Amino acid sequence: MKTLTRWFSRNLIRIYMVIGFTYLFIPVAYTFAFSFNDYIKSNLVWRGFTWNNWKQPCGVLDVCPALGNSIKIGLLATFIATILGTLIAFALGRYAFRGRAATNTLIFLPMASPELVLGASLLTIFLNLGMNLGFWTIVIAHVMFCISFVVVTVKARIASLDPRLEQAAMDLYANERETFRRVTFPLVAPGIAGAALLAFSLSFDDFIITNFNSGTTVTFPLYVYTHAERGLPAQANVIGSAMFFLALIIVVLGQVVSAKRKVGTK
Amino acid sequence: MAAVVRTSGGATAEMKKKSLVPYFLLAPGLLWLALFFVAPIITLVSTATKTSGAGIGEFVQTYRWANYWDALTGASAQFGRSFLYAFIATLLALAIAYPLAYGIAFKSGKYKNILLVLVVAPFFCSFILRTIAWKQILGQNGPVFRTLADLHLISNTTHITASVPAVIIGLAYNFLPFMTLPLYGSLERIDPRVLEASGDLYANAFTTFRRVTVPLSMPGVVAGTLLTFIPAAGDYVNAEILGNPSTKMIGNVINAQFLNTQDYPTAAALSFILMIAISIMVMIYVRKAGTEELV
Repeated sequence: MKTLTRWFSRNLIRIYMVIGFTYLFIPVAYTFAFSFNDYIKSNLVWRGFTWNNWKQPCGVLDVCPALGNSIKIGLLATFIATILGTLIAFALGRYAFRGRAATNTLIFLPMASPELVLGASLLTIFLNLGMNLGFWTIVIAHVMFCISFVVVTVKARIASLDPRLEQAAMDLYANERETFRRVTFPLVAPGIAGAALLAFSLSFDDFIITNFNSGTTVTFPLYVYTHAERGLPAQANVIGSAMFFLALIIVVLGQVVSAKRKVGTK
Repeated sequence: MAAVVRTSGGATAEMKKKSLVPYFLLAPGLLWLALFFVAPIITLVSTATKTSGAGIGEFVQTYRWANYWDALTGASAQFGRSFLYAFIATLLALAIAYPLAYGIAFKSGKYKNILLVLVVAPFFCSFILRTIAWKQILGQNGPVFRTLADLHLISNTTHITASVPAVIIGLAYNFLPFMTLPLYGSLERIDPRVLEASGDLYANAFTTFRRVTVPLSMPGVVAGTLLTFIPAAGDYVNAEILGNPSTKMIGNVINAQFLNTQDYPTAAALSFILMIAISIMVMIYVRKAGTEELV
């Protein structure tokens, strides 16, 4: 009886996990499956298998320019936000200074505000200033909401460093700059890389804030949203699935590399 | 995702003091946030008190603070709906994410990292695409509806989409990783010896779970529920794609007033009220839950 209940309780968690992961992956699997649909006009009903959509991902008007915009905006916003956020993270992680609590609050607030409020308030100020909405207003908005996530990620990495490593470098007559360049920075680098990946995926997938500040510029999420009514081409599914697998490969490779490094140092 | 930041881990003894360096490091990033986060919120507050001017679509500053009250009473149904849907979606997400996080933390051994990656993985397939996928899966031509209809469990004329449950399922789905990650973070930190000690003291598995595991995972529960509730309450994409006109949330109203009607004062007032309402709820909740881990 006891073994039976134990078996049940152990497998209850497994059953729950299977349900949870199924829930998570149903829409992804659906999107992937329908990227192979031999559709006409709207990709709603399964009509048969074809490779054509994958062979011609740009075969539909406007998909690829929208994807291009998303990638350009994502890279730019990631680049700026990663630099600004990393600087803040070093200040918070390595220095004692006045205004620390206020800084922490200012970093936390954008993460705790609904995207809608962030997007709407930026639109209000852009309208008041008479700025033209478009590519650059989207970049500005994306940098704004990515900074906080970069700060939190990099700060966590800095906090987890063993201070003895830096002390050892100093003991070996490295000056402050050398210690930073040869010890601290290489140790924090994986955290910065992770933060950049997070920033890129947040920017690439953002819809709400972008929709407020885009003007006539179309990003990939905006393209998907506006075409959903009239029927979405399967090429959108191709791009979504391709991004999914690409990101998965990058993350898994990153894990393998860091696991190998750990084995190497031990 | 990682909104839990420990304040106690602030300045440590080895930290360099009395230098201008930190201010140089902070300046560019904080300036960006001041210009594009703080200033816009202030503009939002003042735009909300404007009234229509002479021309169409022209607004002049008249400091009409009653705009806030008008906006609130005009959209009180949508406000109520937003918070109700977000609340139910948060509970649903918690119910799904807790066993998931528990399983990853305690029952998955060497597969832990892979499973964690899988929790975040759906994120990379566009959020809008996944919501549209739900619409088609649950829709009239989708597999779920067809199966239920063929089994005569539902009639051909009913709808699964364009309904309240569909919106809530979509909301819970979209923010599930935000719930799972902090839960995993706090469960994973639990020392297994604490759980063993509870067993040694004759607690059965359920009592151990209820009296030891759950209380120790509270920081994760608080962070996860906040990270789900906040974006869910402000969302309008799920209500737009999976809902019908009577499931409109406050986000739909704000979005339509900004981008379609261009009634900026009302939209600004509603946005600010939403922000304040969420902040008050968060403060009460964090105080009640008694965690000080949130900055």
